[in-house]
Amino acid sequence: MSEMDAAIQEFLVESDENLSQVEKDLLELESHPDGQEALASIFRAIHTVKGTCSFLGYSKLESLAHTGETLLSLLRDGDISLSGEITTALLSMVDAIRKMLACIQESNHDGEEDFAELKSLLTRLQKGSDAGIPMAAPAPAAIQSAQEEHSHTDENDTPETLVPAQAEEHSDEGAGTAEIPDLSGLRTLGNPGGDKAEKGGASHGLSAVDSSIRVDVGLLDKLMNMVGELVLTRNQILQCPILLDDPSLQTSSQRLSLITSELQEGIMKTRMQPIGNIFGKFPRVVRDLALACGKQIRIEMEGKGTELDKTLIEAIKDPLTHLVRNSVDHGIEASDIREARGKSREGLLLLRAYHEGGQVNIEITDDGGGINTQRVAETAIKRGVVTGEQVSKMSERELLNLIFLPGFSTAAKVTNVSGRGVGMDVVKTNIEKIGGTIDIQTKLEKGTTFKLKVPLTLAIIPALIITTGEERFAIPQVSLLELVRLEGEQIKKYIDSLHGTSVCRLRGQLLPLLYLNQIVGLSSKHAMATMNEEHEEVVNIVVLQADGQRFGLVVDEINDTEEIVVKPLSKQLKGIPVFAGATIMGDGRVALILDVLGLANRAGMAIPQGDASRSDLSDSLKAGQGQRQTLLLVKVGESGQLAIPLSMVARLEEIKTTALEEASGNEVIQYRGEILPFIRLCQVLGSGGASEDGEALQMVVISHENKRIGLMVDKIVDIVDEHVQVKRRSTKSGLLCSAVIQGRVTDVLDVQQLINEHAVLPEGEPAGELVEV
Amino acid sequence: MSDPQQYCTFYLANLYFGVSVLNVQEVIKFQPMTFVPLASRAVSGLINLRGQIVTAIDLRRRLELEDREDSEPPMNVVIRTDEGPVSLLVDDIGDVLEVSDSSYEPPPSTMKGVAKELITGVHKLEGRLLLILDIAKVVMVPQLKEV
Repeated sequence: MSEMDAAIQEFLVESDENLSQVEKDLLELESHPDGQEALASIFRAIHTVKGTCSFLGYSKLESLAHTGETLLSLLRDGDISLSGEITTALLSMVDAIRKMLACIQESNHDGEEDFAELKSLLTRLQKGSDAGIPMAAPAPAAIQSAQEEHSHTDENDTPETLVPAQAEEHSDEGAGTAEIPDLSGLRTLGNPGGDKAEKGGASHGLSAVDSSIRVDVGLLDKLMNMVGELVLTRNQILQCPILLDDPSLQTSSQRLSLITSELQEGIMKTRMQPIGNIFGKFPRVVRDLALACGKQIRIEMEGKGTELDKTLIEAIKDPLTHLVRNSVDHGIEASDIREARGKSREGLLLLRAYHEGGQVNIEITDDGGGINTQRVAETAIKRGVVTGEQVSKMSERELLNLIFLPGFSTAAKVTNVSGRGVGMDVVKTNIEKIGGTIDIQTKLEKGTTFKLKVPLTLAIIPALIITTGEERFAIPQVSLLELVRLEGEQIKKYIDSLHGTSVCRLRGQLLPLLYLNQIVGLSSKHAMATMNEEHEEVVNIVVLQADGQRFGLVVDEINDTEEIVVKPLSKQLKGIPVFAGATIMGDGRVALILDVLGLANRAGMAIPQGDASRSDLSDSLKAGQGQRQTLLLVKVGESGQLAIPLSMVARLEEIKTTALEEASGNEVIQYRGEILPFIRLCQVLGSGGASEDGEALQMVVISHENKRIGLMVDKIVDIVDEHVQVKRRSTKSGLLCSAVIQGRVTDVLDVQQLINEHAVLPEGEPAGELVEV
Repeated sequence: MSDPQQYCTFYLANLYFGVSVLNVQEVIKFQPMTFVPLASRAVSGLINLRGQIVTAIDLRRRLELEDREDSEPPMNVVIRTDEGPVSLLVDDIGDVLEVSDSSYEPPPSTMKGVAKELITGVHKLEGRLLLILDIAKVVMVPQLKEV
């Protein structure tokens, strides 16, 4: 009995492979209708399926395969020519066989369905040849009847067969294909050629079987684990001090080390699979979808041989499929629109995979309509994902990233293909789960590229080992940006606290700081000793990135980088979001692996609600370069801090009170041969309290479009380079808006307005200069 | 039901406990442990058992008994579960006992708290009582609630 089971299992696996091959060949045949070899290979595969299942006693499956085989043999012998309709029918047959196989897998029985409609369709298609004109187009009557058959099929609601619209289109195509005369020669040549191909293919197939064996994935996983252990044991041995005393031991341990590394590499390789395994499914997906959407799409693939770990292949399968479907459905336009835009009617979908920097890059490029960020923004607002105010501040890139938010879809209507808004966020989370990233590049009416970066393998990852509160933790290196060490004076200089949130000024940008010991609750007793003494003098910051957010993690000590073997946590510990797993270190002790995203989330949750500065910070961090501005911070009267865009500031001057003069009732000052209007900001803003007592006044010379004015301020505070987050528009004349800068509410001066009101006429100035010259 | 059962026995704060030997993978002496922050109090940490990472549960804390004094390092009773081995930290290890069903009695209905959930029965032995633990429940440590 078990022998029988094994035979069935073997049959299922083999058939699955065969069917994939059949699909591929069929699609290839569609583009190269004279591919006799492909036809022969299809025939062989279906024949094998038929033979095996008759042996195993699956009569329904056998009968379907037999019908298909008959049609195929006619095709192979050149008695009838391949049309789109036949291809579609054969593909449906592949689906039906798959369905039965699934049934066998589950219940050891080939199911109740007998696919009568499909069979009669296949038979009918054979009859095209019975008409006696083998090479010619199928008689119109045949098409007609086939269409009837389709609608009939549809009425009967037989699953997995044909959609009428699809069939119609195909019949048309079929008629077209059949008119192509190049098939006429095949009748004579076809037969011997086909036989040859069959033989050649068979011997080739044999050699492939001889040189490879099927291995249970479970066994590979076990081997992988054991090699992981071996790596750890080797690390332990290499750290052993006895080694240094004994040269012979040293030699053999070095050898051990070498062999272990090679073994590790070898085992990793056994788990590597070409990405072609996933890519191979896409031509079919794209074909079916394109038909359903009424589009013409050509798919091209590069780098099918790019290999990555089996678990990763599994993990990226669904996200990739989704992206491909998405490109077909939303990306590539209908042929008419394409033509109107001056593109070829046929859309192009390009899949590329390649290695780069220890990672695998996968690109999905379409030459479709691109993503309209304006529409993205509108939809996002409509769906309540973001507010209009938020959108107005977003850069193009941020707008694009909105499509990854849950509950988002720009498709004008929900189709069965996509547009339910459950996709892109899942794609993103799935990719990030395996330590990958996803990026979009798009150009309106030109096309869109989704770029995925995924690691080669998950089992062994490079990690940074850090210590906090005498406990060691590992941080996966993928999320690591840089390490910052602050000592003594620098700590006060660079680390600020705003409203309970610690931030670090890192190259002019504010980096929110998280204290690992606080997050994991180690500060209480474990970390105290280190906190008191050393913490005052040295702060180690690990700058991390998760989900587009940067933050600094303050740790006690930064130790080393190490290759670690990731082990899952037991179920007792699964619920702790800050740990991604555990690993065994070189010294045999266990260390926990930090989950960077979990850390960020946990810390994010701990921040009190409504703390504006915090959300600003994360916003501005996400904002990228777009809104960075250099600002001059000044103080005027009681009104607190004012900001002036530095780009408009010409000079900072200190002037004597006595230098002030009066012209037509306004205060002016002679400045470099000009008469500069002098404005007391405190008067304009009505903030009062300006100190008149001093002899020296601080003047900011503003220059904009050849117009200049002098502004009197009380004090120059600082120059900062920051993202300006407009909190609200200002109602007061002379002020543009209010923003939070360096943790303080700061009014931004409306320089334009001041200049317009006070500056001397622009025409006057150059004229005056000319006279002087 | 007359088949005698074999129990691996151990001591916890003067109480005498037993788990079916069939559940026990091995008994080992105290191992250095890695503390797991944010985990339930009952989880003592992680040990490296010949390359396998095993969660150690402090049975005293799990049963809400008072903490053991530091002087005596606990023993690990490594239990097989469906999700891999789990270690139980106990004060001291006893013998493997063979007891007959005749001495068995369900736990008194007056038993309170965690013990009521985790103790499935009592064997009346000479001079003392052997408390039988429900292993499946013991290893299901409640998650620490978010602070």
